[in-house]
Amino acid sequence: MAVSELAGLFQGDLPMGSPMVTGDPLLDGPLLWAPLIVVAIKVLVIFVLGLVGTMFMVWFERKVVAGMQNRVGPNKAGPFGILQTLADGIKLFFKEDLLPDRADRFVFRLAPFLAFVPAFLVWSVIPLGGDYSGGRDGIVTILGQQTRVQLADPPIGILLVLAMSSIAVYGIMLAGWSSGSKYPLLGSVRASAQMISYEAALGLSLAAVLVTSGTLSTSGIVASQTTLGSWNLVTTGFIPFIVFLIAATAELNRPPFDLVEAEQELVGGFNTEYSSLRFALFFLAEFMNTITMSAIVVTLFLGGPRPPAIGNTALTIPLIPGALEGTIWFVLKLLVFLYFYVWLRATLPRLRYDQLMNLGWKVLIPISLGWFLLLAAIRVGDSNGWNVIAVVVIALVSLGLGYLLFTAALRVSSRQRDREGAMY
Amino acid sequence: MTTSITGAMLLAADGINIAMNVGFGIIAAIMVFAALSVVTTRNVVHGALWLVVVLGGVAAQYLLAGAEFVAISQVLVYIGAVMVLFLFGIMLTRAKIGADTDLNNSSWGLGIPVALLMLGVLVWAVIDAFGDTVITDRGPTPTVEISDAFLGPYLLPFLAISFVLLAAAVGAIVIARKD
Repeated sequence: MAVSELAGLFQGDLPMGSPMVTGDPLLDGPLLWAPLIVVAIKVLVIFVLGLVGTMFMVWFERKVVAGMQNRVGPNKAGPFGILQTLADGIKLFFKEDLLPDRADRFVFRLAPFLAFVPAFLVWSVIPLGGDYSGGRDGIVTILGQQTRVQLADPPIGILLVLAMSSIAVYGIMLAGWSSGSKYPLLGSVRASAQMISYEAALGLSLAAVLVTSGTLSTSGIVASQTTLGSWNLVTTGFIPFIVFLIAATAELNRPPFDLVEAEQELVGGFNTEYSSLRFALFFLAEFMNTITMSAIVVTLFLGGPRPPAIGNTALTIPLIPGALEGTIWFVLKLLVFLYFYVWLRATLPRLRYDQLMNLGWKVLIPISLGWFLLLAAIRVGDSNGWNVIAVVVIALVSLGLGYLLFTAALRVSSRQRDREGAMY
Repeated sequence: MTTSITGAMLLAADGINIAMNVGFGIIAAIMVFAALSVVTTRNVVHGALWLVVVLGGVAAQYLLAGAEFVAISQVLVYIGAVMVLFLFGIMLTRAKIGADTDLNNSSWGLGIPVALLMLGVLVWAVIDAFGDTVITDRGPTPTVEISDAFLGPYLLPFLAISFVLLAAAVGAIVIARKD
């Protein structure tokens, strides 16, 4: 497998074919000052870039939406209004920090951080760049230390992303509850129902990627996508990518899935009672999550910071050192998805609640589960040397039978509900 | 849970990673405090949040023991799914802010012998399984080894646990159905 060969290049003591050991070469051996300083620099850079990137995202969204709606958008603060977010931030800092009388004080103060911190933590496992020229597998040298351009590379990598997105639910849920008022509570109950529902589809389409890449580590997933043809977008057959994109949009509570803060119905959703700095934290978390999710999509399906390559010839940007090239490709791919999310916001009307739940439970989860099982069957057949066509045909037939049973069950249940005279 | 007790036994042995044991002690103290708070707090949501702290402490102990995959599964399953559903249920039914007076029912005393029994079973299980063996510091356990273990020799217990979950799901549907 290409992955273990590449890993072998850098860990010469490992015999070929041994279980793949990914991980940051920085932390091999005794812990000295230089690795510690490198880690500290990485933390600082990710923190600053995260905040600046979020500010940029807010400006980008406002500007692009404005363009799509034939308006000018922010244009006063700084060139092209790029400092508008900074100005808004300063304004929010100086606003009065209200604490509702009936609020649960401690939880009310805690909730914004529960929303904000997970959004940051996910960045620690995303490969942000690296040197992929000359078979270097994304390893760069900083201060004489060989390392990857990502804060941490744990073997459980991508599971951390899922865990953090499930912790982010707490922020929204507790914010709504602790406000001690009706609309925020309704908003947060909607939000948690939505996020729990779509997490399943998200996890299943992610599992499809894990089955094809054969590793949980984010750097391993990137390493398995060497050429355009081996991008997980292609090898998993597009369906998991589409399901993941839709489920991610729902996880982010972005339009068309923004029932959580449907202004017309809920005043403002879970954050109605928040003001000043605490509101700013929710606001930042929302936009940072958009960037984070796009980064995850890029890592999982589009080869992360790896330059697009066909066969052995990779696309290179002239005059740029290889170590920076990875970051440029990563940002370019990221921008595609950021634009895509803004585009969705400007185009699509909000879903109704029943449409949201039908899409999540009756369409996305069955599709992603079925596709995952198909990929798993192909993978098992591959390692056992079975005939690929026979495996696919048998898998499709049994999946089709399962689908028929599923629709039959749905029909029976809806008939029963009609007979009972239920309203939904 | 078994990991924490193994850790306690390691504390008594010689030539042991001191930093790890100090970490274990601190996290264990926080967990005990949080566990007591779960049952003494006067607000249901606060109780659930203290339970999140306890479960997070378990995950931290797993991390300390080098079981990264188990730790992240603990966060995903217990903190990310089970506790969210707890809170969700509480919010839908009795999302009251402030103190509740009727949180203890009359049979709370029964909990003490049950808790002691559970403790006894766990202690017995750990002593029976490990005895005097000193567990060497092996570093993080690779995920591949864990998956090979539970989809290989431990497949049957794994499936049994899945059936418990299935039973719980069916039970939830039965309770939720109005007929």
